[in-house]
Amino acid sequence: MFYQQLANALALGAVYSLFAIGFTLIFGVMEIITLAHGAVFMVGAFAGYTAATKFGLGIIPCLIISMAASGFIGFVLDLVAIRPLRKKKFHHLAPMIATIGCATIITSIYQGIFGAEAYRFPFDFVPNENYEFRGIQLTQLQLTIIFTSFILMIMMIFFLNKTKWGKAVRAVAENSRTGALLGIPVERVYQFTMIISSSFGGAAGVLTGLNFNTIHTFMGGPILHRGIAVIILGGMGDIRGAMAGGLILGFAEVLSVAYISSDFRDAVSFGLLFLILLIRPSGIFGKKIERKG
Amino acid sequence: MLELTDICADYGHIQALKGISLRVGRGEIVALIGANGAGKSSTLNTISGIVRASSGSIIYKGKNITKSHTDSIVRSGIIQVPEGRAILTTMKVSENLELGAFIRKDKRQIKKDIDEILTRFPILGSRLNQPAGTLSGGEQQMLAIGRALMGRPELLLLDEPSMGLAPLMVREIFNIIADIHKTGTAILIVEQNARMALKISSRGYVLETGNIMIEDTSESLLNNRKIIDAYLGG
Repeated sequence: MFYQQLANALALGAVYSLFAIGFTLIFGVMEIITLAHGAVFMVGAFAGYTAATKFGLGIIPCLIISMAASGFIGFVLDLVAIRPLRKKKFHHLAPMIATIGCATIITSIYQGIFGAEAYRFPFDFVPNENYEFRGIQLTQLQLTIIFTSFILMIMMIFFLNKTKWGKAVRAVAENSRTGALLGIPVERVYQFTMIISSSFGGAAGVLTGLNFNTIHTFMGGPILHRGIAVIILGGMGDIRGAMAGGLILGFAEVLSVAYISSDFRDAVSFGLLFLILLIRPSGIFGKKIERKG
Repeated sequence: MLELTDICADYGHIQALKGISLRVGRGEIVALIGANGAGKSSTLNTISGIVRASSGSIIYKGKNITKSHTDSIVRSGIIQVPEGRAILTTMKVSENLELGAFIRKDKRQIKKDIDEILTRFPILGSRLNQPAGTLSGGEQQMLAIGRALMGRPELLLLDEPSMGLAPLMVREIFNIIADIHKTGTAILIVEQNARMALKISSRGYVLETGNIMIEDTSESLLNNRKIIDAYLGG
């Protein structure tokens, strides 16, 4: 029973991690929290759903389309809401407010198109098969979610650590001025970060829609709260932290539902978050920040 | 090679540069000396495009770069080693060096150049996989200079390369700068240690409160009573 719950938690936590990776990358590189990341997640889910239902595409092309659509939204968000504030050397709160506005606009447009009802991916979108490993039942859907999430996360880690542009992203995240003095086009790095982070949010949208077998235009709100919790828990701006934080939250939610009550799901998970932050205020992988003066 | 004419720059209401004019010839070392707050670093940052000039012009190899972005200025061959070294502390020494060659595409030659840098600075070779933040001050300065060289600069801007270093290390850093000059790289050096800077340079400018007060050969500046009293420790 316990190991079965761990397997369920892995699928949920992997999606949280995937969502949070993009979220934390934006914070790490651009030092902003974009509160439109939930709306981007919803756009990704609907792009995948549309590709699946209107064009009958399989999961991989649907994921690619979803990532492209949400990446495009990320690009537009940067262009219209974040970049103008960046040019004016904004206060950190300004992009938060601007992205809340953008999220509201995006959600309203989608409500106009899709209404408020829930949608489901086609019944046989992922074959309904079960696999058993040492007494633990895993559906093909769960395996798909876990496999896809981890593959995407590994790709992100590979990109950031092994490629020229990935290293440029890390350089700008550490010190944008130094990055510029090395010839790195910092503005392009910011745009690129928004695109790639949003595309990961979109992929998380499709996988969440599959996991819960439902998508709707309000689905961005709850994941946004969880995403914020995850990146604080893991350490703001830290990719490893987002991965660990997402898994911890996933495990906390599933185990609290299994062993306590579904009514206490959020209370237990966010209570755990609170406890961890009492012990490590800067998060699991976060660096201690001391106030000067 | 580089010519600044009447450059003014400000930080909000504070005017840092009040009409700076200077030039650096091909393969020349030029020193920029002055007290703290005289505008030395601001001059380098304006050349690099980090600080925008409010008026005046910066011409580099016949092209006006006054309004160019920092990355395109770097691509044109002007590379700055900023004050405080600005090492990417969380990244490995090897990654810092690789990023120094960000503007280049010749992968094979980049590898050869890294080997050459490691021959020039052997201490970095044993630290390649360490986070750069774990290096000592002198090692960080070597890394900063090595990283700048990876971009194959035609004009190297050095901002206080001896700052915070032990006297022995200062001498070593200046020897390295002299060696770099021998390869034909032009250098504009800003330095508190005016004597050392003037000893390795051919010409110098003395800055005071955003203005150039004196321009002369380094030899003359080293023998100028006023300069000796004000900047060379009597």
